[in-house]
Amino acid sequence: MAWNKKILRVNLSKGTCASEPLNMQWAQQYLGQRGLATKYLVAETDPKVDPLSPENKMIMTTGPLTGTMASTGGRYSVVTKGPLTGAIACSNSGGHFGAELKMAGWDMIIFEGKSPKPVYLWIENDKAELRDASHLWGTTTWHTEETIKAAHQDPQIRIASIGRAGENGVLYACVVNDLHRAAGRSGVGAVMGSKNLKAVAVRGTVGVGNIRDFKAFLQATKAAKKVLADNAVTGQGLPKFGTQVLMNVINEVGALPTRNANDVQFEGARKISAEAMHEKRPGDGKSNLVTNAACFGCTIACGRVSQVDKNHWSVVNSPKYWGATGGLEYENAWSLGAANGVDDLDALTVANMICNEDGMDPISFGATVGAIMELYQMGVLKKEQIGIESPFGSAQALIEMAHMTAEGRGFGKEIALGSARLTKKYGHPELSMSVKGQEFPAYDPRGIQGMGLTYATSNRGACHLRSYTVASEILGVPVKTDPLVTDGKADLVKAFQDATAAFDSSGTCIFTTFAWTLGDLAPQLDAACEGGWTLEKLAEVGERIWNMERQYNLAAGLTAKDDDLPKRLKTEPAKSGPAKGLVSGIDKMKPEYYKSRGWSAEGVPTKDTLARLGL
Amino acid sequence: MKITFKLYAMLADHLPDEARKTNSLEIEVPSGRTVAEVIDAFNLPPKLVHLVLVNGNFVPPPERAGRALAEGDILAIWPPIAGG
Repeated sequence: MAWNKKILRVNLSKGTCASEPLNMQWAQQYLGQRGLATKYLVAETDPKVDPLSPENKMIMTTGPLTGTMASTGGRYSVVTKGPLTGAIACSNSGGHFGAELKMAGWDMIIFEGKSPKPVYLWIENDKAELRDASHLWGTTTWHTEETIKAAHQDPQIRIASIGRAGENGVLYACVVNDLHRAAGRSGVGAVMGSKNLKAVAVRGTVGVGNIRDFKAFLQATKAAKKVLADNAVTGQGLPKFGTQVLMNVINEVGALPTRNANDVQFEGARKISAEAMHEKRPGDGKSNLVTNAACFGCTIACGRVSQVDKNHWSVVNSPKYWGATGGLEYENAWSLGAANGVDDLDALTVANMICNEDGMDPISFGATVGAIMELYQMGVLKKEQIGIESPFGSAQALIEMAHMTAEGRGFGKEIALGSARLTKKYGHPELSMSVKGQEFPAYDPRGIQGMGLTYATSNRGACHLRSYTVASEILGVPVKTDPLVTDGKADLVKAFQDATAAFDSSGTCIFTTFAWTLGDLAPQLDAACEGGWTLEKLAEVGERIWNMERQYNLAAGLTAKDDDLPKRLKTEPAKSGPAKGLVSGIDKMKPEYYKSRGWSAEGVPTKDTLARLGL
Repeated sequence: MKITFKLYAMLADHLPDEARKTNSLEIEVPSGRTVAEVIDAFNLPPKLVHLVLVNGNFVPPPERAGRALAEGDILAIWPPIAGG
């Protein structure tokens, strides 16, 4: 059934590792990964739990297609209660770690309690044990990977770890696997750090079996790969230019949040775009982009591998940043660049390396820097407090703030709080560009109205990966809609949210949806595992997952008031571009959305809705 | 009249060398020239002409032949692309 039917339960307080069966009834109702792990979290924890207390649990989870030959079938997620948001957190990552976990014979790991000392979990097929990580504590994810591989004399071990950010409680710390892939958002790395868990290292040689109908699976995965190859976006655009190709597009349509969303267009966008990454630099005559890269089983290969000029001021004395490593994706280039008015491509690449090295979400970090720069411009924060002159556009300030946050020194301890807590502390909460405490990503809701509703209603705080209506409103996938109007966006967001929840629970990557629909996913799942997986059932499961997450958040104490956007987006019109003069129409869309969802005017799922979904 | 013509991603290969650094070219076109006529003049492969924006606003395929450009307009074109 593409499932190992096995969970590894790790009690960090007691130091025990135990095997238990996967609940296969739940797997039919919640599919896997995001849906299934959330079901476990809901069943086993109090939604009001302090996210950084031993009572919170952290689940690393795969989907039924993880580790199989389905294209992009290498995904895993980290599910827990998020410290940045106080809401459900589910962060999804690629690379090779998830597939390795599945190939070791496990579907999911549930971590509970807190270890009395730093440990890492070592898994070699069915053998699992906690090992001392005192020598790794205080070091980076890169050092941790290298050290564990050397200790076990095996370069093929796959590792997910936290850097110093996770240890230091940076509220947007991530879990980094395979050096530069990350379960990035909502602070799942801080939860891992709070448990004194430094890393999970896996070697799996069992493989993934239990395919329900292997012949049908071969046919379904082959057909689905052809759809990806034949599609101009997944077959050509993403491999060559990566997600970064959006930089100039979103700037042109006037939806690039710039300088803490004071503007919607950035004059330096071209200099930090995919096109610029392909060009030869004046300094060393080389391009920033070295090549593209693929995660496990992926036939798209959108990943960026970059190398900066060794003589760039930010690395001239730091050889460890001279090699080729994970490069800029669109979100990171935006958050570290346009959000702060910084247009130095190599500086952004280095800031991104620091985020990978020490495990920080570049979206929340970069957007927090944007808020700090605005406070600095206003005179609320001074050079003496921050430690460096920090006007908008300062690449030096960006790099220094990345170092101090990662290392937990000086003002870095305040940057670690995220923009919502930091701006509140300094008397200007309105300057935090966040929802539910989580910073929003690279699309301005004044220029792409559906994204405003997406951010406001996202269960894990502001996020583009919960309903990527940019696909429809800007790129015309699956159909073109007008980004400047609110009409129809409630239904559009709901449809994207439900479909995304299904994809996130399958073990495949959301980027397949530029070519695939649920209709392409269903035959692969149905051949892989029992459950009668159809397009209709997947849509229903997606809606069930969304409502389950909503119920968790409501029980955690969140209300309809938390489904809102920063005041700036509702009161300060866009200054240029097609959206000039517009603000977000969130107040009109929100009630329409609640109605479309079958929720009350207070945003609570009605009894009928819950009954219909079996919740 | 003068308009700004921008080509991105794979389409940048159709720009003169000196314009590739900016993806942008200022061109002189007869008054009333349509979006489709400019696209034809540059011999752009139809399959790569996907996202067509005039001053940031999307122009759907059926409207491109009838959409006349005005002095100072910015015509920007992308092949099928996406990100996230």
